[in-house]
Amino acid sequence: MTAFKVERATRESRAFAVVLVAVVVVLATLPYWGDSGTMRLVSEMAYYLALAQLWNLLAGYAGLVSVGQQAFVGIGGYTLFYLSSQFGVHPLFALALAAPVCVVMSLPMALLVFRLRGAYFAIGTWVLAEALQLCVSLITPLGAGSGMSLTPAIVREIAPDRAGREIIVYWISLAIVVAVCATVYLLLRSKHGLALTAIRDSERASESLGVDTYRTKLLIYVVTAAATGVVGAFIFLQKLRLSPEAGFSINDWTVVVIFMVVIGGIGTLEGPIIGMLVYFALREVLADYGTWYLILLGVVAVVIMLRAREGIWGLVAQRFNLHLFSVRRYLTR
Amino acid sequence: MNAVQIVIQGALLGGLYALFAIGLSLSFGIMRLVNIAHGDLIVLSAYVGLMVINATGMHPIASLVVVMPVMFCLGYLLQRGLLNQTLSGGLLPPLLVTFGLSVIIENVLLEAFGADNRRLQAGALETQSIAVGGIAIGVYPLIVFATAVAAIAGLQLLFYRTALGRAFRATSDDAETAELMGIDNRHLYGLGLAIAMIFTALAGVLMAIRTNFDPAAGPIRLIFAFEAVIIGGLGSLWGTLLGGMVLGIAQAIGAALSPTWQILAGHIAFLIILIVRPSGFFPRTRD
Repeated sequence: MTAFKVERATRESRAFAVVLVAVVVVLATLPYWGDSGTMRLVSEMAYYLALAQLWNLLAGYAGLVSVGQQAFVGIGGYTLFYLSSQFGVHPLFALALAAPVCVVMSLPMALLVFRLRGAYFAIGTWVLAEALQLCVSLITPLGAGSGMSLTPAIVREIAPDRAGREIIVYWISLAIVVAVCATVYLLLRSKHGLALTAIRDSERASESLGVDTYRTKLLIYVVTAAATGVVGAFIFLQKLRLSPEAGFSINDWTVVVIFMVVIGGIGTLEGPIIGMLVYFALREVLADYGTWYLILLGVVAVVIMLRAREGIWGLVAQRFNLHLFSVRRYLTR
Repeated sequence: MNAVQIVIQGALLGGLYALFAIGLSLSFGIMRLVNIAHGDLIVLSAYVGLMVINATGMHPIASLVVVMPVMFCLGYLLQRGLLNQTLSGGLLPPLLVTFGLSVIIENVLLEAFGADNRRLQAGALETQSIAVGGIAIGVYPLIVFATAVAAIAGLQLLFYRTALGRAFRATSDDAETAELMGIDNRHLYGLGLAIAMIFTALAGVLMAIRTNFDPAAGPIRLIFAFEAVIIGGLGSLWGTLLGGMVLGIAQAIGAALSPTWQILAGHIAFLIILIVRPSGFFPRTRD
């Protein structure tokens, strides 16, 4: 009798893991050879990749197409600003506290929006984000409509001089994106990942096979809320200024992210990386054209959804049978 | 301003919200399509009206004679050329395609008309009011409300008294069986969005007489339409009118407390109803 084995890693995925580690190591040394402009660009790419990976987990795997993730970016930002300016919490500790705050906020929010299905869920999350933005702009301790700033005294707690601060902030952005990608990767390799992949492929079939879809979705909603909150806190740690419009901006924190994921390939781990790179490349080329660049992004996303639903990565993966992240299981002898 | 007046004004405002919601409700009812670009199509209609008025000097209400057919044709082409292709293959394609469409329309309008606030001038009609038992009621809001009631009554006739309506209901119940009975679903869906767009055009022009609009004004209209639909119950047109009225009254009460509370009060009313009656007041369809 032949014994079968379940294999997770493939030759390509092992090679890719080595490449990935090398890229992270090289990027980590950037402060020693790059200028601060490059560092800012890389950290922006890092937080957008984190947001894209999180939205992909939510929409691509759990089928929760939210257009209200800006709610958690805003909550994260305000957690950082409020705790550090009102209670003197160290900004980096306040950044970490964005996660539990978002968990606490996301539970009642999930209770509300989980009553809506499919596309109505999407609009429901949007209404919640809008309502939160309006609430925040009425709360005086949060700076109401005009927003808040991180004072120089608070910023100096990170590092006394500007150069040191830039390096620390840059490393934090790398740490966040690595942590987010690792969390999503490990989650997908766990038994929840198996459930999620099943839900992605067919929610009804997975339910009939004993997957508790409600709990799995709730888990994913809460986990992405927490991580999105930390990313949000980081974004505004870098910007030093926060207003309700900036914090809860649907265009900056959700629309762009959705375009990245759709263009790169929804429902894969590689897709958001490709989508993020394509987005930044387009932005570099078309930055001077303002609205035309958003129109073009919209057209590309629509065409991809109609002609190549799996996105750019889907085309590559199909053509070369290539899977760089070992989240699948292979049966071998 | 006394309480009765606030409630009446809010209820009349609800007529406009019901008009916003009809298009959304029709595309969901017939095609099972939730059109994220719906708000932007309302604003697009207002701009089409603006162009017609600038070109011909028509009264805004009269411009509907042009705007409604234009949007009807656009709706048919949009459904047949683009949206029909998204209807097979689950939740994501229609959602993301209409989402992309929303961003495209908003930015094309921005490129074509700039970010300035616009408004359609309807002359004396905007300010006239009639007094009923000591309460002044605006003529224009009353006309909008009556239009909403007439629109819904007309749609009820279309759905329950005509062959086309029967075809719509059949396709909505079971698209495949309807096709077996000789209905061309692709054409029918085209007509579905085309008819929805007639009401979108109506909503857009009537809105533009009442409030300022700009290219970015679409999403919040989608949200109002959505709130009215969910409060009223999916698939029920009279429910949608009631949903619009609940939303309008909540906003009027909020606005009376403080102008900054207007929109938020509407959201809060919506969320409360989502908690106590998640399927709305008159649920008809299940998805």
